[in-house]
Formats: sequence, C-alpha cells, structure tokens
Amino acid sequence: MDSVPVPVHKGPFGPEQAERLLWRAGFGPRPGEDDALAKKGLHGAVESLVRPHGPDRLVGKPPAVDGHPIAPKDAFGHDHLWWLDRMVRTSQPLVERMTLVWHDWFATSNETVGSQRIMLQQNELFREIGLGSFEGLAMRVTINPAMLLYLNGLNSMKGSPNENYARELMELFTLGVDAGYTERDVREQARALTGWTADYQNGYGWKNFRFKRENHDDAMKVVFGKVGALNWKSAVRLCIAHPKHPAYFVNKLWGYFVPVPPDDATRAALQTLYVQSGHNIRPVVGAILKHPLLYEGPRMTKSPVVYTAGLLRRRGDRISTEDWIWLDAMAGQQLFYPPNVSGWNDDRWLDTSRFRARWLIARRALEKHAFNPDHASPKDRPPSDPKELVDKAIAFWGGVRLTDHTRKALLAYAEKTMAAAIADEGRQRAFPMLTYNALRHLVAVSPEMQTA
Amino acid sequence: MSDCRSCAEFSRSQLLTRGFAKAGRGLPAVEPGMPDPAGTGLDRRTFLSRSLGAALTVYGASALAPRALDEAIARASAAGRNDRVLVTVFAPGGWDSLSLLYPSGDPRYRHLRPSLALKPDEGKPFSGDSRLHWHPSFESLSHLHQHGRLTVFPAIGYYHPDQSHFTSRHFWEVGALDTRQSTGWLGRLLDVIGDEDNAMQGLSLDSSLMPSLATARVPVATLTNPGDYGFDSHNVWDVPGVLLQEALGSLGGLVDETDPILTNASKTIGQADQLRRQLGRFIGDDGEAHYNTKAKYPETDFGRRLAGLAALLHAGFPIRAVALQAPGSYDTHSDEPGALANGAKEVADCLAAFQHDLEIRRLGGRVVTLLWSEFGRRAEQNDSNGTDHGAAGVGFLMGANVRHKMVGEFPGLSRGLDRDGNLKHTVDFRSVYASLLEHWFDVDSDRILPDAKKLPRFNLV
Repeated sequence: MDSVPVPVHKGPFGPEQAERLLWRAGFGPRPGEDDALAKKGLHGAVESLVRPHGPDRLVGKPPAVDGHPIAPKDAFGHDHLWWLDRMVRTSQPLVERMTLVWHDWFATSNETVGSQRIMLQQNELFREIGLGSFEGLAMRVTINPAMLLYLNGLNSMKGSPNENYARELMELFTLGVDAGYTERDVREQARALTGWTADYQNGYGWKNFRFKRENHDDAMKVVFGKVGALNWKSAVRLCIAHPKHPAYFVNKLWGYFVPVPPDDATRAALQTLYVQSGHNIRPVVGAILKHPLLYEGPRMTKSPVVYTAGLLRRRGDRISTEDWIWLDAMAGQQLFYPPNVSGWNDDRWLDTSRFRARWLIARRALEKHAFNPDHASPKDRPPSDPKELVDKAIAFWGGVRLTDHTRKALLAYAEKTMAAAIADEGRQRAFPMLTYNALRHLVAVSPEMQTA
Repeated sequence: MSDCRSCAEFSRSQLLTRGFAKAGRGLPAVEPGMPDPAGTGLDRRTFLSRSLGAALTVYGASALAPRALDEAIARASAAGRNDRVLVTVFAPGGWDSLSLLYPSGDPRYRHLRPSLALKPDEGKPFSGDSRLHWHPSFESLSHLHQHGRLTVFPAIGYYHPDQSHFTSRHFWEVGALDTRQSTGWLGRLLDVIGDEDNAMQGLSLDSSLMPSLATARVPVATLTNPGDYGFDSHNVWDVPGVLLQEALGSLGGLVDETDPILTNASKTIGQADQLRRQLGRFIGDDGEAHYNTKAKYPETDFGRRLAGLAALLHAGFPIRAVALQAPGSYDTHSDEPGALANGAKEVADCLAAFQHDLEIRRLGGRVVTLLWSEFGRRAEQNDSNGTDHGAAGVGFLMGANVRHKMVGEFPGLSRGLDRDGNLKHTVDFRSVYASLLEHWFDVDSDRILPDAKKLPRFNLV
C-alpha cells in the first residue's frame, strides 16, 4: 500500500552527496566508495544501504594488538576494539550504524552489567534485527540479559515489582517523557514485567535467563485504561500501539540522521509510513536517508567512534592498538559504556577537552604514516611547493572538501615553514616532510573533518 | 598469620576507582557475590597509565558548554581571587600510621612489632604526645608541625571499620558510611557553592576523576598535569612544530552563516587554542612547564603537579576543591620498611614544598590540604615483615591557618585496640569534613553530609 509521500531530495547526487550519505548512514567512505555510490543514483544508493545483499564481508585485516588477536569477551576494552573494527571494515555500513543507534536508544552500560559476554550478545541482537520490526526489537530488548541486568528487570517479582524498566520503556524507548502515561501505568507495567530470573555462577557470571511463572504477577492490571492479566509481551505491545508512539519513534529516529527537526508534513508522512509498514524500521530509515534536509541542511558533528572509525576506514588501516579505547573514552564515547540510560548527548561532542582527545586520535591514526626525515627514501619525498603540499595532504584524506578559510590557513602554514627552510640545505630536505606530516594532522582535525 | 586477601583486591579496587568518570554512577560492584567487573582479563592500570598524557577532561551532570571554561577562567581574574581552596591528597593502600607516627614510648609497641619497630632515636619526637615519634621519611612534615602549619589526627577512622580497601576508600570519598552513595563529598559541596559553567572549580589532578569530586549538578574537570595541554604531532619538530600550534588556532574563526554546526566545530578549535595559550604561560621554549617558583619541589610527577597547582592558583584560576593521589603504594603486607619509606618521603617533601610555595606566593591563607588514607594497619605485624589491614590510621591537615597541633588523641596499644587488634579511632573523618565545610567554606554541612547532625565539630581553621 502506498503511503503519503515523504519529500525526496531532487538536487544533484554526486560524490559529495554520496560522501555525506556514507557519513550519516555509516562511517564515511572507503577509498573510492563515495564515487561508486554516487553512480547508483540516490534511490539505488539508499536501497543498497538499507537492503544490503548477503552476509557482511569485513574487508581487510582483522584487529590485532601487539601481534595477538583481540579478546572481546574477556579483555577490558577489547569489546570497544571489536566493534570499532566492524565499523572500519564493514561492507554493510548502515547495519553497523543502526547497531550504534540502538545501543544509544536502548542504552545499556557494562558499568552496571559487568559482563562483556552479555553486552556482546545484546550487540548481536541489534545487528541482527536492527532494520526489522520495532515491536520485535523492543520485545527482544525487554527480555535481553544485558537490559534485564541494567534496568533491574532481573528478579523483579510479584509483590515487589521494580519500576525501573517499566518507566524507561515508556519514557525513553517508546513514548517520551510524560507522553500519555501516568504513574499508575508505570506501576502496573512493572507488575506486568515481573517474572524474569537467572542464575549467578561464581567465575562465570549470570546465566540461564528465564521466565519463572511463580515470580510473575498474573493478576489483573490496568495499563493505558486497558484491563487484562497483562505480561511482558502485552507491556511492550501496548506501548507500540499507543497513539503517542509513532510521533516519538519518528522524531527520535530522525534525530540520529539529521540535526534539524523535520517540518510537519515530513513528520506526518513518516508516521504514516511507519504505521502502515507495520512498525517497520527499514522504510522509515530509507525515507529519512532520501530526505532533502539530509543533503541540503547543516552538517552533523561526528561522534568520537564515528570520527575514529572514519579516519581508519578512509585509509584502510587495521585496528592494531588498544589506544583507541582510552582515546575514544577521552573524547567522550567508550562503546558499551554510555553515560546513562538516555544514551550519549549528541549536542555535546565538542568542547576544549574533547577536542584535544580528537587531536590525539588523529595523531595516533597518522603515526604509522608519518615521514621521518632521518629514514625517508628520496623517491617518496613530499614536494616542497607549499600549495602542492596542501593538495597532497588533502588528497591523503580522500580529497575532503575544505572551506576556503581552512585551505588558506593550511597554505599560510606551509608557506611559513617552507620560507624558514630557504638557504638551509638540511631544512630544505627535512621541512617538506615535517610540514606534510603536520598538514595531514591539521586536515584531520579541521572543522570539516569533525563534521559531515 | 597474614590474611592478605589484599593485593589482588587492592589493585582491583584501585583500578576500578581510578577508572573512567564515575561521576554520578556510584562505585562499580566488586563486593563478593556481585557480578564480576568487565572481563576477567581486566587490566585497567596498564590501560590508564597509557592515558597519562591525557589532559583536561570535563565531567558534569550537564557537560560544559564549549565557551564556558574559557569565560570562567577569564572571570577569575576579576572575581574570586580570595576564595578558599581545599586540596585533598589520597595515599592509596592504607598506610601504616604506627610507623609514620610510631609509638616507641608505648610498652606494647616493640612486642607487637618485633622486626618493624623503629627505635626512639630514629625519628624526631612528636611534640603533641611524648609517646610518639615521627618516621624519618616525614621529617619535612615534622618541620611544618613545629611551625604550626600542620594538624595531626593520630587515630582517624569511623565506627564499624571496613577492611576492604574498596569500601573504606569509598566511605572516605563520599563522606558517608554508605556504599550506595554515588556523589563525592566535595562534589556535593560544589553542587551547593559552585557555578553551572566553571569546570575548574573542582579539579581532579589525575588521569581520571577522583570520586570525591563526583557531582550531581555542576561540572568539574580533570587535568593530568597543568603542564600538559599541548598539541604536538608525530614527527613534526623545529620550525614546523612551533608554527603548528599557531596553525591549529587559525583553524578556529571559520564562520559559515548557513551551517551553525560547522561554525561551532571551528569555534571549539579556537577555544582549545585559547586554553592552550592560557596554560601555555607556564610552558617554556623547551616545551617543559615552568612555574616560576622559588620553592624546591622534588623532581617527580607529584611534585610537578603540585607546583602546577600552586601556579594555577596564583594565576587566579577559579579553583575551589582539588583532589589528587599521592605517589607510593601503601598496602604493605610484606617488606614494609622500604615500600613505606620511599613513598612517604616523596609525599612529605612535595607537600612541604607546596606549602612553602603557597606562602611565597601569598596564598597561604587561602589553601588547606588534607592528607588521608583509607585505613591504618594492624597493630601486630605479620610473618612477612609487613602489616595487614587495620582500622584507624593517621591523617593530616596542612595550612598556614590550622589551629591545632593535634586533634584527637593516640589511644595507645593496650586499651586502644579493638577486638581485631586494630587501632580504635578517636576522630571520625566525617567530623573533620563537617568542620571544614562549616569553618572553611561557610556552608551548612547538613546539606552535604548525611550524618552531619550526629558528629562533633573541631575548630580546625
């Protein structure tokens, strides 16, 4: 059935637009990826992202730390490296990006869960069904071990139901704060959600998560005015069927891709699309990715992991150090450790301290590429003309489109350093390399590279 | 004899509490029966030591608006120059009060400590109690004491002492005997007296946020070292290296009327450059921090941090509460003498230099420093020439304004021991907190400490 049309971008769809799409729907282009995507046209490009063919292929070398494979379930921070690697090497960027969206939407922190094994299970769930039915996703999340641990669903029992998950299910996951539910609904939903338990084994942790009938409150409850012997499935179903849900879902999902709010017509059209699709995620994401505001509106600040993954992906570099863990944490985003149940705050990615972390991230990404005047062979020596140096540094990052302001700043720098090399043979040999190293670093931290 | 459940547990508690921003999250669960913390191959110490070199990291209930820090620092030159400051220094591991201030005049001492006991002539006599002597490593603190710059709490602790490093430190950090409390006592102070936009008011001079500074409302900052907010690059030196700093600043100032987000990214770079310049006042041509001080600090990381702190205060940075960790590790279950002496001497010498520095800079009246450890050690030594976890320990309050040489008494090694053989406390640490909150910061301690009503007060400052 046809839905009310959502506005579609009518302007050009060249490499520039394809690049922006790859940043919003993924982790930026691999070399040549933006050109290839542009050739498919807007519809073909979006279709290739929302309906990727076959299983994901990870391109390039798997991660290794000091020559050893990583241990994502066991070694501290290797969960972060494991996922970052997928972001860098995936052939299905939107699937990984949606996994990140759900990690933020249903934010769960290992700070509380205390098990990388259980966190990774949840992560696989997001990857597996992150573009399917939202009701199905919300159902699975509700009884997901990490979530049961995080929001106290575990061992919430008849007689003493824990309200934590019940409240967030409505406030953050499906309806919005104070949107169409009462404190009584919170308490009744908490009763409906009772009954889940698990066993704790020393040396292994939580296991055997299950529904235990005798722990469940099976008496009558009233939620949103509806009466019944409600259980966890009805708790979720009632939220998704709630008249306030489509608007909340569409607005929240939109915010992950476009930094300015949609107009009323777009909003209404997306809601209709969502409801008519049977609460499916894929068509709504597809429509947002074709919307004019994505291409014509302002840029978005890259989150720290998107920034880091993007640098490595652009260069085709593998994960070979644990440094990404603390560097991304310092920049404000350690995967599997969102700050609280409402996820990361996308309006706060840049401040003076976090910018310095991004400087260090770029520094680390460039370390293996840096020229050393003491060892460089003459043939791959960078040029000594300032303008050529700037162009080469921009080309290093895939020909990123810079404003005149930034270009001028880079050129002024290169001119000054090369002027200081005049009449000094040693400097004439070394300064192009030093300047080139610096220019690549400056391009990597430029406002244009922080945003897309 | 040794019930050393210690070392593994201690390292783990240290790793965890020194882990990432704990602001508002409480301490992670590592008590028996609770789920294991992340992974079994956990090694946050390594992980964190790699992050030394990390600079200013801002934590807060609402993260700081990009410009606020620069503006707050700028405001400080106009106002707040006379604000009082509290510095807290944590000695990790539970240091041995019965060696640091050793009771050679107590008849039971030599009996309980056959191989560890120090002789009366090894350290200077303590003027507050003729039974006690200063550990030789603490000589510089003994000078401060002599000159009225140091109050000693010879038996500081709390009722029902907990012998887990983790739990006991947590109590001290949060200012309550409550494992669920998630904000620090200084954090709650700043929530009352602090500003919404001044992250420097609570300064964690560490690679991560010290738990005592965790706030619920206002931002606080972490600065590994005031001398470290640099923007260097790999293989960029000489003229290109010097000009790189300036070039970075020139990436700020980009204004795109149609794109506020791009403009904001550029603005942030401009602000980072400003902050770099402000902190850069202390950085010499050699790239090293120079704080222009006449005080003689030991050439150690701790010394440099304190020297940097004195310089920041002198420059008018709007700092109210500071927390940092002392060098050394005092969980001395074995071979205690060497381990204790090394760390303790550095701590004492650095703190004495800091006090001297503050006074040369005429900041003596504005700053007090509290030195604490999570507990003391067992009175009876173990079979490994060390000591196990105890109860009450020793604490110090340093400053030009301290009123007493000693608060609380040394309870002695006969009646002064509890049934586990640990020293009983004569001062509750929360009384010290309550007194400082009221007399130093002029705030109602009821608003900050849950048990304030039950606690006696001392005229400390």
